Amino acid sequence: MTILILEQSLNGLQLGLLLFLLAAGLTLVFGIMDLVNLAHGSMYMIGAFLAATFAGWTDSFILGALLALPATLLVGIVTEMICLRTLYPRDHLDQVLATFGLILFFNEAVRLIWGPAGMSLPLPQFLSTSVEILPDVRYPTYRLSIIGVGLAVAVFLYVLVQRTRLGMLIRAGASNREMIGALGIDIKLLYTLVFGLGAALAALAGLMAAPILTAQIGMGENILILSFVVIVIGGIGSIRGAFVAALIVGMIDTVGRAFLPELLRLFLDRAAAATAAPAISSMLIYMLMAAILVLRPQGLFPAPGK
Amino acid sequence: MMRPASLSSPSNLAAALILVLLALLPLFAELLASPFLVTLFTRMLIYAIAATSLNLILGYGGMVSFGHAMYIGIGGYVVGIMASHGVHAGWLQWPLAIAISALFALVIGALCLRTRGVYFIMITLAFAQMVYFMGVGLEEYGGDDGLTIYNRSSFGSLLNLSDKRVFYYVCLALLVGALYLVHRLVQSRFGMVLRGSKSNDRRMQAIGFPTYRYRLTGFVIAGMICGLSGALMANHNEFVSPAMMHWVQSGDLIVMVVLGGMGTAAGPLFGALAFLLVEYLLSRITEYWQIIFGPLLILVVLFARGGIGSLFDMLEGRRRG
Repeated sequence: MTILILEQSLNGLQLGLLLFLLAAGLTLVFGIMDLVNLAHGSMYMIGAFLAATFAGWTDSFILGALLALPATLLVGIVTEMICLRTLYPRDHLDQVLATFGLILFFNEAVRLIWGPAGMSLPLPQFLSTSVEILPDVRYPTYRLSIIGVGLAVAVFLYVLVQRTRLGMLIRAGASNREMIGALGIDIKLLYTLVFGLGAALAALAGLMAAPILTAQIGMGENILILSFVVIVIGGIGSIRGAFVAALIVGMIDTVGRAFLPELLRLFLDRAAAATAAPAISSMLIYMLMAAILVLRPQGLFPAPGK
Repeated sequence: MMRPASLSSPSNLAAALILVLLALLPLFAELLASPFLVTLFTRMLIYAIAATSLNLILGYGGMVSFGHAMYIGIGGYVVGIMASHGVHAGWLQWPLAIAISALFALVIGALCLRTRGVYFIMITLAFAQMVYFMGVGLEEYGGDDGLTIYNRSSFGSLLNLSDKRVFYYVCLALLVGALYLVHRLVQSRFGMVLRGSKSNDRRMQAIGFPTYRYRLTGFVIAGMICGLSGALMANHNEFVSPAMMHWVQSGDLIVMVVLGGMGTAAGPLFGALAFLLVEYLLSRITEYWQIIFGPLLILVVLFARGGIGSLFDMLEGRRRG
């Protein structure tokens, strides 16, 4: 039982970190540009498909991943320059609609290029093994490495935002856009950079999820809605909030799915528990979100100046 | 900004003309010997009802609900579940579809309306996703695969909904009813408060209106009308599934409202017709029609914000000017 709990918590941590990669990009883009970007999930999907393609060409998972990141960053930058740039001064409804149009476009473009079937991204030998994390407890190496990469990116983002000049501009941009423009910072360039960074983070999440879930059209949408939940819980614009909330949501989702059926069996008969459990466990995070809304409508860690 | 609503504005006249043409549509379909037209347009009418309900809160109330399709699903599932238990009476099914939608709207609205702006968009989307997963979790009623409805709602000997034309006219009548209801609501004192709260909520509160209650009431009424459209949709498709409340459906509804012209009486009618016609025509040109539709949508957002309704009014203005 303890082994199961350990395994499930690691799975939860892994989902949480993937969510964080998406939510960090979303929350940065929202915090700085005040842009609601539904098409963020498309970058997740494109990252996965590009990685699968490049891995096929180069015969190497690592090379494929390393090529897919800058490629998606480029897609993100081009998207920003062609379409999203004109949306910054618009109201949120316009942004939602236009990025909704982008999702339709990207989904269809992927279907046109890669076909409707989806693509698998095979793991290299050294990642498809498992490691003994405790005596007699084995856990897949690949899932462990997702956790490692996720944590590394979290540290990288922390250093980038808190300790570098670019991070200083990002923070300044989040609290007062007009002012940093008046101080002579090239806001357009900053926006493009931040958007590209967000796209690359989403692509990283997508390509890491692809070996487990396979790259599929629309794969970014469910996780995008989950990352919205994360942002709402964490407080919009706050990376720290996104991190904490992503871990909470990942944990609750995974652990709920794993243990709720057992738990419900204590109160309900077997058949009723079997039907109720999946529904209730997929509702758990939304209930958490509702609870947070009632108690702290601005989220756990509201960004300063919002 | 807010012009007095005149029933004889060009866009309303255009809407009246369209409604007359819609009333004649089954005749055209018979003349052209293409009964498919009736099916296609029935679907448009049902979506127009849903869009009309969304227009009340989005267009007039400024609440960008990104989860409105959930009521289509709720209304549909009420009809489907009752039918699967042998309850076919429309007198029971439809009011219950409306009542359950109202209940969901009340709880979800009470939570969502505590927030504003982008939070509201994301949270309505998230709750709709939750209801979607509830639908997927209904294993007894088909889960992900959905539920077939073998008998349409029955209204005794009064109406036979299995007759496609009768059903078409029922939908048309309900659409006219919904358009009229929303129009009257918006013109009433309630509607004034709702619109006032859209343009400046803080000021409305300062002069003593408990706007939260008004907004919540609007949210619930919109949910009820949309729940009815869900009951119609279930009858139309003779099938319900979670796909009815997929979040893309909610996006489509917003597109219809904006396309037709937000906060105009006839906007949802134009929007739903135009959206579904464009979808139908594009999908006949290419299987990959969304690759055209997506950018088209972006262009509409960027360059044609007033929607189709304002187009009619602009033409009129140009002629006069």
